[in-house]
Amino acid sequence: MTGHFGSGKTEFAVSLAFALAKQKGSEPGCMKESSLALVDLDIENPYFRSRERQTELNAAGIAVYSDPYDGKNASELQVISASILAPIQNEDCRVIADCGGDQAGARILNQFSRHFKNDYQLLSVVNCRRPGTDTVEKALQQIEDAQAVTGLSVTGLISNAHMIRYTTAEDVLEGWSFTKQVSERSGIPALAACAMDTAADELERRIAAGEEMLSVSEIFRIGMYMRDSYLDKKV
Amino acid sequence: MSKVLMMGNEAFAEAAIRAGCNCYFGYPITPQNEVPEYMSHELHKAGGSFIQAESELAAVNMAYGAAAAGGRVFISTSSPGFALMQEGLGFICSCEVPIVAMNVSRGGPGVGGIQPGQADYFQVTRGGYNGDVKIPVFAPANIQESVDLIYEAFDIAEKYRNPVVIFADGMLGQMMEPVEFPPAKPIKGSDEISKDVPWAITGTDHHEGRNVVFSLRLQPDVLENHVLHMFEKYAEAEKELVRYKNINVEDAEIVFVAFGTMARICVEACELLEEKGVKAGVIRPISLWPFPNAAFDAITDKTKIVISTELSMGQMIEDVRTAVAGRWPVSLISRTGGIVPTSIEVMERALKALEEVK
Repeated sequence: MTGHFGSGKTEFAVSLAFALAKQKGSEPGCMKESSLALVDLDIENPYFRSRERQTELNAAGIAVYSDPYDGKNASELQVISASILAPIQNEDCRVIADCGGDQAGARILNQFSRHFKNDYQLLSVVNCRRPGTDTVEKALQQIEDAQAVTGLSVTGLISNAHMIRYTTAEDVLEGWSFTKQVSERSGIPALAACAMDTAADELERRIAAGEEMLSVSEIFRIGMYMRDSYLDKKV
Repeated sequence: MSKVLMMGNEAFAEAAIRAGCNCYFGYPITPQNEVPEYMSHELHKAGGSFIQAESELAAVNMAYGAAAAGGRVFISTSSPGFALMQEGLGFICSCEVPIVAMNVSRGGPGVGGIQPGQADYFQVTRGGYNGDVKIPVFAPANIQESVDLIYEAFDIAEKYRNPVVIFADGMLGQMMEPVEFPPAKPIKGSDEISKDVPWAITGTDHHEGRNVVFSLRLQPDVLENHVLHMFEKYAEAEKELVRYKNINVEDAEIVFVAFGTMARICVEACELLEEKGVKAGVIRPISLWPFPNAAFDAITDKTKIVISTELSMGQMIEDVRTAVAGRWPVSLISRTGGIVPTSIEVMERALKALEEVK
């Protein structure tokens, strides 16, 4: 997972992990016990890291790897645990790697790239509501920078135009159209548009009514796992 | 301008740039690092200067010098860094130089941790500087309010010729919210500086004689007069700068007093209490100095308890007790060390406190 700082990578990574965990059984052979891991490689941010949801992820059968202090490292010297290699080297384990934003955050993937053996997808999360990626040129630059520091190729784009809880269906559609433009210019496929339930429901209704837009299979229902509800109380 | 999605720290820096800030000095410390980072790549575009200082001591003294020369100066740091800046802030008050200083606070004491804290309440409202000094302190509870307060703080600082502190906990610095920015004020040229801050050290091109900015006053009568003069300003500030927001205080059985992130948790806790059939409200001080004593006059006889709710072992509670003046029982709900309580925990502890006074 890569993307601009604040694009929503972590929320997407955690939502994807839960979604994949739910598929257990529906895709036999794909998800054995603890065959799904979320590797938190974020050494940039002090808050809002996927390891904060370790308890909930573990409960859903997702192994979480982060720092050597079992996800509780709260120092300014950010380190990752050597155990992170275990799921990456395990060919039977499906691994979601979440890292910090921008070039600085993506750089850490470089040291693991030799273990990926071309059996990887590098997804770039694109949020056109963020000032750093609000033009197609800026978004393309961001992708190029991520590829340069990781030595990996971005294989898919995830549109995540969001305004936290205030995200509307229109935001999602605008983001999708933006991401499609980035896709056309870069040749990288646009895989999905993230939408929270309310917006996703509205979009599905409109698709059913015959409105021309993205297809239902292109909507990814993203959760709000990282952000506590009190943060959206009016004060 | 429409809303954009910004991280708190980025928005704080952008607000300062919009306010016409032309000098920023900083030293990295978590959880405010994105402020200097943003300033490093954006301030020069607006015509300002960014310097990464070699320490917080250097940063505050650079601010002192630049503001004495008429600069619109912004500095930011986090708790232990703010402790290092205390001496400089005292000198800046004494010299009557305006700056805006931001403390994005974390858990203490000492180096502490990097998770959110409010245990700098005493540090920002009482300070660690010597002498008789007051510094207006504003504690926003969301990013939009932070932006608006920072934007305004430059003018308040200039009017009172005194530092103004913006006190936001780490959660506000690290979280993201949609935000709308006020229009950008251009950086002042030398003519405007001479007009707006005629006391500043700008050379003698624009006036006769010379300006001197100084802190040393050896004669006791001269020094006393200077302090009395400063206290005339502070008396006016106490009238003009009181800010607060009362939320459903009038018919509340429980009144929480909380600022910053804690206030948001209390608002959610009030909803949970309502479900339990208990009415609760929140007094949210926005100015911590001057403390909004007037807010407490809205409390009625229906209230059984006033609860100071803090990310510290109870510091604001001293000001709450003064404001309450014995009219209602006062108790404390606190977490510290970087722990942020859930609204459920606040609700449960508030019910227990209510039980005890009934």
